[in-house]
Amino acid sequence: MKILYFAWLREKAGIGEEEVSPPETVTTVAELVEWMKSRGGGFAEAFADEGMVRVAVNQEHVQTDHPVAAGDEIAFFPPITGG
Amino acid sequence: MIRVQAEDFDVGRELEKLSDGNHGVGGVCSFVGLVRDIAGDKTIEAMTLEHYPKMTEQALAKIEAEAHDRWPLEETLIIHRYGRLEPGDRIVLVAAASAHREAAIEACHFLIDWLKTQAPFWKLEETPDGGQWVDARSADDNAAERWLADKPQDKPKGKPDAAE
Repeated sequence: MKILYFAWLREKAGIGEEEVSPPETVTTVAELVEWMKSRGGGFAEAFADEGMVRVAVNQEHVQTDHPVAAGDEIAFFPPITGG
Repeated sequence: MIRVQAEDFDVGRELEKLSDGNHGVGGVCSFVGLVRDIAGDKTIEAMTLEHYPKMTEQALAKIEAEAHDRWPLEETLIIHRYGRLEPGDRIVLVAAASAHREAAIEACHFLIDWLKTQAPFWKLEETPDGGQWVDARSADDNAAERWLADKPQDKPKGKPDAAE
C-alpha cells in the first residue's frame, strides 16, 4: 500500500511517500499507525500526537477504524488550513 | 467549475464568465482570499501552500455538489492556488450565481466555510524567525458546523422576481 505524508508530518517522517507491506495483522488505519510508530525514528515522532493527524484512504477522509488493504493509497496530514 | 492552479487569476473576468450568456442569473456573490503580511504578532514574508493533488479536486467537487443540492444555483466557481505566495497575492476565489441574491450569498458563504475544513491544503508561513506551519483554527470548524445545523430539509423556494 502507498503512504503519503503532508506538511509537518512529511517533515517529521523525513519522506513524502513510500510503499509499505505491513503484516497481515494490520487491517485498519489505527493498526497501520501502530505498526508505523513501531518502526521508530521520524515516524514515531510524526505520530506522537495522534489527535493532530488526519487520514484519507483513497482520497476520502476516514476515521481510524477504517479498513486498509493492499493497493490502497493512505494519506496522513495535519488538520486542513486552506482557503 | 473547479480549478486548482499555481497561477494568479483575474477576478473581474472570472465573475463575468459566471453570468455570461445566462440571463437567468440575477445575482453573483463572491469571496476572494488574500495573503496578509501579519498573523498574530508575526510578520509574514511569504506563504507556501501545499496540497494533495488527487484529493483536492475531488474534495472541492464534493463541496460544490453539496452547494448545488442545497441552493438553486445557476453556476459556482472555486479557484484555489498552491505554491509560494506573497502578501497581497490572491489565494482563492469562490463565487455563486443564482436567480436571486439569497441563494448566491448563502452558497458563497457555505463554499468558503467548507473549503476551509475540507479542502486538503496546508500553509507554511515564512517569518523572520523561519518557517512555521499554520495551525487549523477551531473557529474554522465552528464556521463549517454552522452549515450542518442550518441544513434545510427542502430546497428554499422564493417568489419569482425579475431582478435582485
